[in-house]
Amino acid sequence: MSRTETQAFGHMQKFVRNPVVVAFALTLALASCGSKKNMPNSAGDLGLNGGAGAATPGSAQDFTVNVGDRIFFDTDSTSIRADAQQTLARQAQWLKQYPNYSITVEGHADERGTREYNLALGARRAAATRDYLSSLGIPASSIRTISYGKERPVAVCDDISCWSQNRRAVTVLGGR
Amino acid sequence: MMLRRSFLRAPIAMAGAAGLAGIMSARDAEARVEININKGNVEPMPIAITDFISGDALGPQITDVIAADLKRSGLFAPVAKTAFIEKVSNPDQTPRFEDWKVINAQALVTGRLVKEGGRLRADFRLWDTFSGQQMTGQQFYTQPQNWRRVAHIIADAIYKQITGEDGYFDTRVVFVSESGPKNARKRQLAIMDQDGFNLRLLTNSNDIVLTPRFSPNQQEITYMSFEGGQPRVYLLQLETGRREVVGNFPGMTFSPRFSPDGQRVIMSLQQDGNSNIYTMDLRSRTTTRLTSTAAIDTSPCYSPDGRRVVFESDRGGRQQLYVMNSDGSGQNRISFGDGSYSTPVWSPRGDLIAFTKQSGGRFSIGVMKPDGSGERILTSGFHNEGPTWAPNGRVVMFFRDNAGSGGSQLYSIDLTGYNELRIPTPTFASDPAWSPLLE
Repeated sequence: MSRTETQAFGHMQKFVRNPVVVAFALTLALASCGSKKNMPNSAGDLGLNGGAGAATPGSAQDFTVNVGDRIFFDTDSTSIRADAQQTLARQAQWLKQYPNYSITVEGHADERGTREYNLALGARRAAATRDYLSSLGIPASSIRTISYGKERPVAVCDDISCWSQNRRAVTVLGGR
Repeated sequence: MMLRRSFLRAPIAMAGAAGLAGIMSARDAEARVEININKGNVEPMPIAITDFISGDALGPQITDVIAADLKRSGLFAPVAKTAFIEKVSNPDQTPRFEDWKVINAQALVTGRLVKEGGRLRADFRLWDTFSGQQMTGQQFYTQPQNWRRVAHIIADAIYKQITGEDGYFDTRVVFVSESGPKNARKRQLAIMDQDGFNLRLLTNSNDIVLTPRFSPNQQEITYMSFEGGQPRVYLLQLETGRREVVGNFPGMTFSPRFSPDGQRVIMSLQQDGNSNIYTMDLRSRTTTRLTSTAAIDTSPCYSPDGRRVVFESDRGGRQQLYVMNSDGSGQNRISFGDGSYSTPVWSPRGDLIAFTKQSGGRFSIGVMKPDGSGERILTSGFHNEGPTWAPNGRVVMFFRDNAGSGGSQLYSIDLTGYNELRIPTPTFASDPAWSPLLE
């Protein structure tokens, strides 16, 4: 299983209640078969933007593919990097355009830390992401946060190419 | 579990034992057959463990469990049965010590199993072959299905008699059993004997479960679960399987442990990116906040006397170990080496704190004194984490993930840094917690 497939699998789990998204995730998985590259920074980076006409504007897959549902962090850091600031700005703009979703920010850590600390670090990353979205006008009270620590990696090799993908905060949209 | 122990005070054929038979005669013998387990890489003591007389397969089975326990301690070298000269048919009869000395067995174990009604009686005697004396003799009654426990108890008695320290074989380990791919792991709480036998799964759901720890009386486990999408600390009663949430906190609670008296759970509460340490009294349900910083304060663990707490905090920039009084006063950093320190666990003897250390891209298990002095690394590698102490404070268990192995497994290592062993588990495993000696 390639790393990109694992990312798609992660999406499937999150959106499993939405058949449209499952179908999309399967497409994503198929599209990425055989890819040996590191997991891209967002579904948008998969080069699917051009083909994303299939994603209905305002849908969760539109958010994932065209906006980018996740940001990444440096090792043991909760700072919102410049690239992440751009992603969150796009997220905030989109979320204001489609304000009816419930929002959960999931904070994650890589495997190169101890379990308890990583739970707390993931919580910090989720809180930092929520606060940044809040500074862009998304009410903090409308954003739920949860930390999965190092328990839910999306990339599973034992080197930095994977760890850097696992240090992330993912903005997950719930039902309208 | 019904287990009764009594000492065999009058060996039938202890000719010349001057009336001080059984346990009383041990004092003279102790001076000759002993292992100083503080010395580090000790030469294992050759010991002959004869098949318990039983008339069925159980005798040799019990013998094999005793021998395996003692061998894995690294302190004993069981002599191969094929080398035995004397065939023991009456375990109460004084052995022919010359036959055992000539194959270099310094200690000899004889025993018998008797079915009495529905119960199993196990007698054993430990002999010093060079002084020609019985060091101890004991008798146990139990249910036949508990025969492995009887073997562990006998191994503990032998270990204690010869090392002067309490054993740790009649103990269990609770841990997280991990199966499935790394990016979609199924985690279940599991419990097993310290040698990996009698494994039983305690949970079966797709919720993430982490960091199980025993209550002092071993009747309960406290752990963290993501049940219902809310990561919180739980209690699980082992006998009934009953579960309950610990407290009603507004954020994630994690990293729980019992106080030594079993009356409180100490844990971290996460709020707005900060994590602080709280206790909850299990009777009154009152909660007490012990730390109050904008940092990550977690992994709290009481000293065995309950008066102090060691924990990790990144209040100074990186994860370091701190000790405070159990009321939260007097918080002092104790770790000052290179790298970061986490998951501190106070030894049941009180003399040392075990920890995980990250330095130079490696994860190590080490120990230091409660004042932070005398740091020693026991093992180091790609990823070693989460130490837990054997109840005698002589052995540390932890989990290890070798790069490329796809998951972690359980290992133990002596306080001396020698005798590293893998604990066999059928799946990947993490977060071990060692029980106290069973009652």
